[in-house]
Amino acid sequence: MEPLGRRPFLKTTATLAGASWLTPVGQWLARAADGEAPGALPPKKNAQAVIVLWLQGGPSQLETFDPHADSTIAGGTTKIATAVKGIYLASGFERLAEEMGSVSLIRSMISKEGDHERGSYTLKTGFRPDPTVIHPSIGAVACHELSIGKAEIPRHVSILSSQWPARGGYLGDKYDAFQMTDPAGPVPDARTNVDSNREKSRLKSLEIVEQAFAKGRSKRVEETQHKNTTNAALKMMTSEQLKAFNVLLEPQSVQDMYGNTPFGRGCLAARRLVESGVRCVEVTLNGWDTHANNHQFCKTNLKTLDPAFSGLIRDLRQRNMLDKTLVLCMGEFGRTPSINPAGGRDHWPSGFSIALAGGGIYGGRVIGETDPEGKTEVKSPVRVPDLHATVFNALGIDYEKLNQTPIGRTVKFSEGKPVRELLET
Amino acid sequence: MFFRNFFFVCLVLGGGATLVANLIPPRNGFAPTPTNPEAFKKSDFLETVYRVNASFEQTWLKNKIQPAIGADDLTIARRLALGLMGTIPSLEEIRQFESRPEGERLAWWIDHVLQDRRYADYLAERFARVFVGTEDGPFILFRRRKFRSWLSDQITLNVPYDQIVREVISSEGIWTEKPATNFITVTAQNGKANQPDPVRLAGRVTRAFLGIRLDCAQCHDHPFASWKQADFESFSAFFAQTHIGFRGVYDGAGEYAIDDKRKNIKRTIAPKVSYSPELLPGEGSLRARLSTWVTHQENSYFSQAAVNRIWAILCGQPLVSPVDNLETEGLVPPALKILAEDFALHGHNIARLIRIIASTKTYRMQSLSVNDDSVNAEKLWAQFPLGRLRPEQVAGSILQASSVATIDAESHILTRLARFGDQNDFVKRYGDSSDEEFDNRGGTIPQRLVMMNGKLVSEKTKGGPFSATTRIQWLAPSDVKSIEAVFLTALTRRPTAEEYDFFEQNLKNSELSKGQQIQDIFWALINSTEFSWNH
Repeated sequence: MEPLGRRPFLKTTATLAGASWLTPVGQWLARAADGEAPGALPPKKNAQAVIVLWLQGGPSQLETFDPHADSTIAGGTTKIATAVKGIYLASGFERLAEEMGSVSLIRSMISKEGDHERGSYTLKTGFRPDPTVIHPSIGAVACHELSIGKAEIPRHVSILSSQWPARGGYLGDKYDAFQMTDPAGPVPDARTNVDSNREKSRLKSLEIVEQAFAKGRSKRVEETQHKNTTNAALKMMTSEQLKAFNVLLEPQSVQDMYGNTPFGRGCLAARRLVESGVRCVEVTLNGWDTHANNHQFCKTNLKTLDPAFSGLIRDLRQRNMLDKTLVLCMGEFGRTPSINPAGGRDHWPSGFSIALAGGGIYGGRVIGETDPEGKTEVKSPVRVPDLHATVFNALGIDYEKLNQTPIGRTVKFSEGKPVRELLET
Repeated sequence: MFFRNFFFVCLVLGGGATLVANLIPPRNGFAPTPTNPEAFKKSDFLETVYRVNASFEQTWLKNKIQPAIGADDLTIARRLALGLMGTIPSLEEIRQFESRPEGERLAWWIDHVLQDRRYADYLAERFARVFVGTEDGPFILFRRRKFRSWLSDQITLNVPYDQIVREVISSEGIWTEKPATNFITVTAQNGKANQPDPVRLAGRVTRAFLGIRLDCAQCHDHPFASWKQADFESFSAFFAQTHIGFRGVYDGAGEYAIDDKRKNIKRTIAPKVSYSPELLPGEGSLRARLSTWVTHQENSYFSQAAVNRIWAILCGQPLVSPVDNLETEGLVPPALKILAEDFALHGHNIARLIRIIASTKTYRMQSLSVNDDSVNAEKLWAQFPLGRLRPEQVAGSILQASSVATIDAESHILTRLARFGDQNDFVKRYGDSSDEEFDNRGGTIPQRLVMMNGKLVSEKTKGGPFSATTRIQWLAPSDVKSIEAVFLTALTRRPTAEEYDFFEQNLKNSELSKGQQIQDIFWALINSTEFSWNH
């Protein structure tokens, strides 16, 4: 038998005490005993924007944020030390490791949805799919609850959108994310395809047709908001803020820092957009559904994710934006500890990892722990709604506020409780 | 040599003739659709229409509301095309329509639409969205397209609605050969050996076919309805003996048990219906018995739910809102009951129901009122409601507006959507909505962008060889006629006097080519409120 170390001892004591709620406390003491100094940072102000790095397909926690390098389930994955003593990341995260002081991990996420569509819905909205209502995603809630400010461009943007981009749900389609592809190209449909004289003449014609239709139903036509929406679209087409989408205006060195990939450019565009008053940007990195050749695919994906994620944090910090911007990195679920005959890992919603950084969140912390063999339940489990409550709390949004759905049901923004250890000293 | 030259000349002339034939809009080139005007004149038909009208008139009188006046035939024809085919009438169809004697046009048009494959395809898709949802569902076990085309076949044959629903609920067999079983397989549970989910099935059946949101009682007792959590549990138990195996969906043995988390025990639940137990037959599998009960002529929830939904598909607004919840504290127009009784009495005949609704005063009224006090008038059906078109209706309308001839009479736009990337992309960018949504909230900025600057609109209004722009440019004898043709093609109406004046002046003073000018009128019409909202 191994000698009982301080850390395991404290944890065992807490468990033996028979009170499962003490587990986090036990962990806490354990971490303090290890010399980590939680809460060295001053109290945080509310974040004003969220950037969601969406890892579509369900990233393997073991090859990213929760390596169990020495165990049999690792399958050869190695770990690296980070800027925070005692926290290890999987190899491939060398640059993110340097930013670990700003990043916290939840290694004990649990969800009940192991299907891509249902899992994406759950992680994006904080609710399981429900036939009677469509819940809004984080970005939609942020746009709904936080002030509009000076934004002339859509305040909720989804870059490299997956099949299931962030939606407005019961808050309305106008809170749906504005979708676009690689920011190296132009913003879709934002430019008229005729010259300005012709555009003017077209709009004049439109005005004449609108007048004819409004005759006898002016109030009702006004209520359709058609004209206002058209005007907002026209305003966006000529807005200076459209430049925020154009990452090519950034110095080459900054572009390089993010890695010259569509995803990296998406992250850079996200920073530029947030700077212009956009509330939420979702940037998708596809390719995590690694049922075969898991290790190889993860390695490739990390080459894209590592510079982009770490570059974003560094860039936000350099611009004094990190305190006001919350960065969330997650996918719809994790992957099995066991490796299948094809060298892949399958869907695993019961014990996976996500990373948070920036606004309203203390960095350098780890919540929860998974069993190296994947056989016992995770310690200090965090349910998906808890994650959402945490994020909304960091944004200063009352997540328990009751909202009316179109069918008159009252729903909270989140049914969970914030993870206090991430929000408090 | 001579023969070769002669042959060549013939070839060229023949080609030219084909081209001309293709470019000239055929006016009466089609064999007229057989119609059955007598169906609209039967006394029991007229009586139901009369009773519905009278019931609304009473409401208006009581609320001192002046109803709107009747809309013109073309406006009503456009509503019918949008509601039943998800697209607008083509110029070719408008010409046919106007060639019929006045007074017979709408009856002819309704029958024409009901015989069009686009109608069956479109209604099938709208039903499929309610019955099995829009998602692709479990891989291998679920074939949405098969389910939809089976529904479409049933609608083409005008199979009674109760029979369709009975098959949907109770069919056995493999999902590819017996498409109705996809209703069961779509709920196959990944984690539970692909067995169907009784809870989801019970939720679907009650919402889609009975207009009861029993599944709200899944987690808690219903706030204002009489349904209790126990009702939902015993309803779910009807699906406990339904399994999925190698030979498809079958009924066998099984009990419905749930975990009682509070007491920490497993409870076995017996199947039980929440009301009218006398309608439940004693024989047959649990599922078959349930399907008979659900579709029973005397189960008024069943007929009312169907009427409410078909009314909503036609008018853009259900009689009782939300569409899948009849248990409302709000206003229930007496018309719902009258129509439902007729529907049940006449063998749940969908075509008859559509003919009746389309003949009512409300359906044929203008979407504007005398006093411009439309909000209240709209609620009480004293005028036809303005309704935001669904994405596929907008896409269908753009495609149709780009052509003078009827597009794709063989199938609906949604079938095309599956085939063509750019149109699919349009719906993706425009944003799809579920079939529970009749909420008429305003549109979005991306929608306006994609309409103003998007590929579909600019390509479809451009002058291609068979496009409406080219045909109108070449064949309309005067500016006035071209303006008229553009309006009819895009908005199914003629321009007002002001619009004639404006566009005529515009055409005269413009330096653009004729084709570009026509394209610009199309652009303005397609971007109008009128184009995107059913009226």
